[in-house]
Amino acid sequence: MFKSWLRNTTIATVLALAPLPSFAQDTPQQGGDIIVTYKDDIATLDPAIGYDWVNWSMIKSLYSRLMDYEPGTANLVPSLAETFEVSDDGLTYTFKLRKGVKFTNGREVVASDVKYSIERAVNPKTQGPGAGFFGAIKGFEDVTAGKTTTLEGITAPDDSTVTFHLSRPDATFLHVLAINFASVVPHEAVEAAGGDFGKKPVGSGTFILKDWTIGQHLVFERNPDYFVKDMPHIDKFTVEVGQEPLVALLRLQKGEVDIAGDGIPPAKFLEIKNSADGPKMIVDGQQLQTGYITLNTKVKPLDNLKVRQALNMAINKDRITRILNGRATAASQPLPPLMPGYDKSFTGYAYDVEKAKALLAEAGFPTGFETVLYSTNTDPQPRIAQAVQQDLAAVGVKAEVRALAQANVIAAGGTEGEAPMIWSGGMAWIADFPDPSNFYGPILGCSGAVAGGWNWSWYCNQDIDKRAVAADSMSDPAKVAERSATWGKIFTDIMADAPWIPLINERRVVAKSLRMGGADNIYIDPTRVINYDAIYVKQ
Amino acid sequence: MVLLVLRRLVQTALILLGVAAITFLLLYALPADPARMIAGRSATAQTVANIRRELGLDQPLLVQFWAYLQGIAHGDLGRSYAQKTDVGSLIAARIPATLVLMAAGILLEVVLGLTFGIIAALRRGGVIDRAVMMASFIGVSAPQFVVALLLLYVFAVTLGWFPMSGFGTPAHVVLPAMTLGILGAGWYARMVRSAMIDVLNQDYVRTARAKGLSSARIILRHALPNAMLPIIAMIGIDIGQFMGGVVVVEAVYGWPGIGQLAWQAIQQVDIPIIMGVTLVSALAIVLGNLVADTIAPLIDPRIRAR
Repeated sequence: MFKSWLRNTTIATVLALAPLPSFAQDTPQQGGDIIVTYKDDIATLDPAIGYDWVNWSMIKSLYSRLMDYEPGTANLVPSLAETFEVSDDGLTYTFKLRKGVKFTNGREVVASDVKYSIERAVNPKTQGPGAGFFGAIKGFEDVTAGKTTTLEGITAPDDSTVTFHLSRPDATFLHVLAINFASVVPHEAVEAAGGDFGKKPVGSGTFILKDWTIGQHLVFERNPDYFVKDMPHIDKFTVEVGQEPLVALLRLQKGEVDIAGDGIPPAKFLEIKNSADGPKMIVDGQQLQTGYITLNTKVKPLDNLKVRQALNMAINKDRITRILNGRATAASQPLPPLMPGYDKSFTGYAYDVEKAKALLAEAGFPTGFETVLYSTNTDPQPRIAQAVQQDLAAVGVKAEVRALAQANVIAAGGTEGEAPMIWSGGMAWIADFPDPSNFYGPILGCSGAVAGGWNWSWYCNQDIDKRAVAADSMSDPAKVAERSATWGKIFTDIMADAPWIPLINERRVVAKSLRMGGADNIYIDPTRVINYDAIYVKQ
Repeated sequence: MVLLVLRRLVQTALILLGVAAITFLLLYALPADPARMIAGRSATAQTVANIRRELGLDQPLLVQFWAYLQGIAHGDLGRSYAQKTDVGSLIAARIPATLVLMAAGILLEVVLGLTFGIIAALRRGGVIDRAVMMASFIGVSAPQFVVALLLLYVFAVTLGWFPMSGFGTPAHVVLPAMTLGILGAGWYARMVRSAMIDVLNQDYVRTARAKGLSSARIILRHALPNAMLPIIAMIGIDIGQFMGGVVVVEAVYGWPGIGQLAWQAIQQVDIPIIMGVTLVSALAIVLGNLVADTIAPLIDPRIRAR
């Protein structure tokens, strides 16, 4: 009893930080088979292609990359690389590989595998969504244009050395080498799979895919030869797909399931939360996510700065967090609180109906105006859009809510002059890697303000763009803190232009059985959702 | 007979072509761009354009459709956008579960339907008859998800007799098949009842009774075969429907059938899978009816004569 109390208090205290070695009861146990459920089939386990939040964490565990993160944190550490060096101009990165690391087909991982894997991710034939991340590598344009299949910027002088030559400094480059698209794969297995590598994955990660019965289950077994000792902790995890979240939760309560990957359906949340074991089953964690409303700077009257500022003041964000049963916190700026560069002191636009009305009158709209607010059509997004609609009505702005399928909202957002306002719920930006720049380019930078882009505010501030480029050139590892602060300032300065209404930072909810151990932040790991390497079963 | 089957096969091909054309046009008329969906948010315009080209989406619609038809002619249903693998093998992987559930579901609805239909017909106007008719009324009108969740809650969660979800052992099939059986039995019971009442009033039944045959023999040998025709037609329809997938039942019980595949594909705008599933279901419906039409004359010589 005391022990379990102590454990829980400890978990509550050790928030997003490294485990404290002095607490013996928190030592991960070795062994155990667990069952994880998801509603949808696993799309693919090909690291060059997989890009959804379910396969993301599985791919993380099947493969290894030059760089990775300490479990539960955003701290970059060398992984497949033993050491690395960055040149003073930030244009050359040299990595020394760990010796003796083997793919699960038995062959040793060599430097040319790294080169091959990244070239494969960039090659248009692969149809991978992550090609753009490698844009700083020399020769990138030639590969995407189909002129060649090899990146001249990657060289492998010997089996344990790989060097990257960049065409421009990119301070996020180490993060780029830690994302799934940079996972190292053996070319012979890719070729043998004949286009089906996503179903027959071979890597050098913590787990091996032992069986995949399509539409039913996937069995992952511990890689006994993984290069980090005592990793992973569990022997096996079976992913059962096609499981309705509600049924998965019932099974979890009966002890048949260990992790209900889709979380808790909104209708069941309070019931579970208030049940006796509820608090021990719910993992509720922050993620690198911000939900926002885009204010299209190319549509009248939202092209007027005062109007955008007024709308920022008109929304009662706390009410929206209540609609989500408290599974979110009000946002003040584009960056989420866990992101380096987040400015705690920045309060943004406070909720103030009178001031909003005054600003609208100043802008020439004393009686408001009519506009359209787009939203995706799955619960709870339309309800949130309606709450925003009511708040807008209170300052005289009549917004029509258009709830459409996700694909249609994305299409409207990427069409110039089409969607005045979009509630990003269901499509909100979740960082690909824990670096503030990831919240800029595609969604707030000039490069994203193009047809088919994701900058649905069509906001393009050349001055900010220049500062962004400058910040991303600060690749000296010693300047990390300075760079984060620079980025933080960029985002708070963007808020002066008010292209968004930053609404909420949604929290992710995962349900786990009572026997599962480990801190909350390895079930909602900022870089990989469920960290299969770090979770363990309590004896 | 052979000619009939041949004619039906040609009709089948035409129907499938029509279904393919309509589905194809509808899907590609959607405002959602599959390349954009695959590329994800971080993709540059260049990446999206590359993907569109690789998928052949930059070709004119007719060219795309022609290429698709050529693929089908070679037994190739294309590759899934999201799963990057053969649609044919994805569907094939779902067929065993679909067949098992179909067979068990039809078996249950026919057994339940026949039993209660016959009892009701024999006790026409009585309390049992009214009770059966009432129950079948509820059966035909109850939504699938209500019955499915109810059975799940009672027999799996509370009593723990059957597994809640999944596929593999005979125990897994019981609840999903019961759901289909209970819901479908209503239709069969009503149909059997009226057909039986019809037959039981015929002269030959009265003659049989006058000859002193046992009532079991009268029902099984004389009355039932004559009441079977509409039932067989109905089984033919059900084969088609269940092959096309029973989305709700499959979702609740985590049953890896075709319906589940279709539902996921629709959410992901995975057009090749949607096309493939639509074609397979259309084929199943046509074939189911073909089978029913082929069997009917074997049971009722009157049809053969025509």
